Amino acid sequence: MTDTAAPANAALSAPPPVLDAGEALWKRHALNFLKSPAAVIGLVILTVMIVLALAAPWITPQNPYDLAQLDILDGTLAPGSKNATYGYTYWLGTDDQGRDMLSGIIYGLRISLTVGVVATLIALTIGTSLGVAAAYAGGRFDTILMRIVDLQLSFPGILVALVLLAAFGRGIDKVIVSLVIVQWAYYARTVRGSALVERRREYIEAARCLALPRSRVIFKHLLPNCLPPLIVVATVQVAHAIALEATLSFLGVGVPVTEPSLGMLIAKGYHYLLSGKYWIATFPGIALVIAIIAINLVGDRLRDVLNPRLSH
Amino acid sequence: MLVYLIRRIAQAMLVIAVMATLVFFAVYAIGNPIDVLASPQADQIELAAISQRLGLDRPLWEQFGIFVGNALRGDLGTSFVYAEPAAKLILQRLPATFELAFTALAIAVFLGIPLGVYAGLNPDSLGGRAVMGGSILGFSLPNFWQGLMLILVFAVILGWLPAGGRGQTATFLGIESALFTLDGLKHLILPALNLALFKMALVIRLARAGTREVALQDYVRFARAKGLSRSRIVGVHILKNILIPVVTILGLELGSMIAFAVVTETVFSYPGMGKLLIDSIGRLDRPIVVAYLMLTVVIFVVINLVVDIIYAAIDPRVRLSEVKG
Repeated sequence: MTDTAAPANAALSAPPPVLDAGEALWKRHALNFLKSPAAVIGLVILTVMIVLALAAPWITPQNPYDLAQLDILDGTLAPGSKNATYGYTYWLGTDDQGRDMLSGIIYGLRISLTVGVVATLIALTIGTSLGVAAAYAGGRFDTILMRIVDLQLSFPGILVALVLLAAFGRGIDKVIVSLVIVQWAYYARTVRGSALVERRREYIEAARCLALPRSRVIFKHLLPNCLPPLIVVATVQVAHAIALEATLSFLGVGVPVTEPSLGMLIAKGYHYLLSGKYWIATFPGIALVIAIIAINLVGDRLRDVLNPRLSH
Repeated sequence: MLVYLIRRIAQAMLVIAVMATLVFFAVYAIGNPIDVLASPQADQIELAAISQRLGLDRPLWEQFGIFVGNALRGDLGTSFVYAEPAAKLILQRLPATFELAFTALAIAVFLGIPLGVYAGLNPDSLGGRAVMGGSILGFSLPNFWQGLMLILVFAVILGWLPAGGRGQTATFLGIESALFTLDGLKHLILPALNLALFKMALVIRLARAGTREVALQDYVRFARAKGLSRSRIVGVHILKNILIPVVTILGLELGSMIAFAVVTETVFSYPGMGKLLIDSIGRLDRPIVVAYLMLTVVIFVVINLVVDIIYAAIDPRVRLSEVKG
């Protein structure tokens, strides 16, 4: 955070990227990205997790929410135990209702990733639109919007989300709405900052001199040039959203019991932790932690690639 | 300065008023508490009696008027569940939460600064990299998960420390606190460490960045040239100069620590304000939720106000630009 403030002036001296004829910018970025082994590992893990989450119904040994497939007698079995009827192995043990933890985690990953990505995309859209509009319009609209952003960012996100969910009640859609309300302000502030800089550049002046419609100037010229810092912020915010959702579900105000995310699985296993049945809470937690770290690795590398001036 | 002060205080009051309105209407949109409070066998007459006693039968705006009038007199409503003033219930639990937050703050500062300075002096060493790696984990991993792992390792596997609750308290110099008994301290270590980890990661980063910057300054070079011992250079010349940003940030972060205590207190079943809030949300005990939020908003606004005023006192540019704008 503080590291980024100091080298802001260096942006002026950073040479613009020179491209050879026919070389696409995204290709250069992609090659650059792959130079970091940590980022590649993060990307691979993330891809595997997304594929697992998407393919959950076809690859899990058990549908953890089909009560007909659950056997209460298989409750709280240690990892490696066998299912008495079908003979498959519970590699990560079972919870109190005889649910296979591995299947539960893959389904939970599905919900956690969906909530994180959807919330981030909506917040990104709303925050970006408002931020660009504020920077372009200026004046009173800009002042009022930024006051609201300041006010909101002065309260911790967890508290805001907690209040909202206390009012809305539980539900995946409600969690997403709360996360959007918590997060839009980050994007509004980020995009406004870069839009204010870009607005004064010659190409915007040129576009305006051509008497292009205002919406075209904003969406075709201004916005694409504000995207790089936004992509970085959005990647890291997906991890934040997943962590926040898990925390809220752990506190009992997030997703409902019928659609358990990773946080909910951890909350259910929490009671068994003290009696030594560690696997119910620990394995969903490890999945959550791996997902968050993988996203952060990718996000860090994206920051270095897209925004050389921010790296140090 | 006086103009600035009045402006800032007026702004702070406005924020509190806006938040009060938002909080009231948001919280009172939660389902009907009678369903939770009355016994399932209660008939219509009993239900009406209960809702009249709790003031739930009046229109929403009338309830809001009563709420505002009472709040101005320091009365934030009566808990549905405990039948005691909500403000009193929260204030009873305030010492436990403050104890937790300040202990966590102390841990964050007294562990975070040395680690950060070490990492700043040896950025490429194995230790320095390990400290930075640890701080990234402290930043990105969910707080409640870190707490669960602390319980698993130190309470379940090793059995060194209790897994939850607040230990015995003792009174010393008129203050009742768990800090004065061994049992209380034992109960406090894990939750305080849990709450401290995130801030510690922040302090480590600030201290490291500050140290790297300060270590290159001329006065440090001069001190070295003078032949001062390494410990004196680090302890006096470097440390003093990195403290300013660290102290500023921590002042602001104190408020968010009280908010994050909600999570830590739930994980460790620690009887503070945050645990009360979560329990009250579950039981639809609205007056407590509203009172907690109002109290937190006031704490936040006061902290921000104090920090801003100190800034203005130190840096004349701040107050001048505010008055002009």
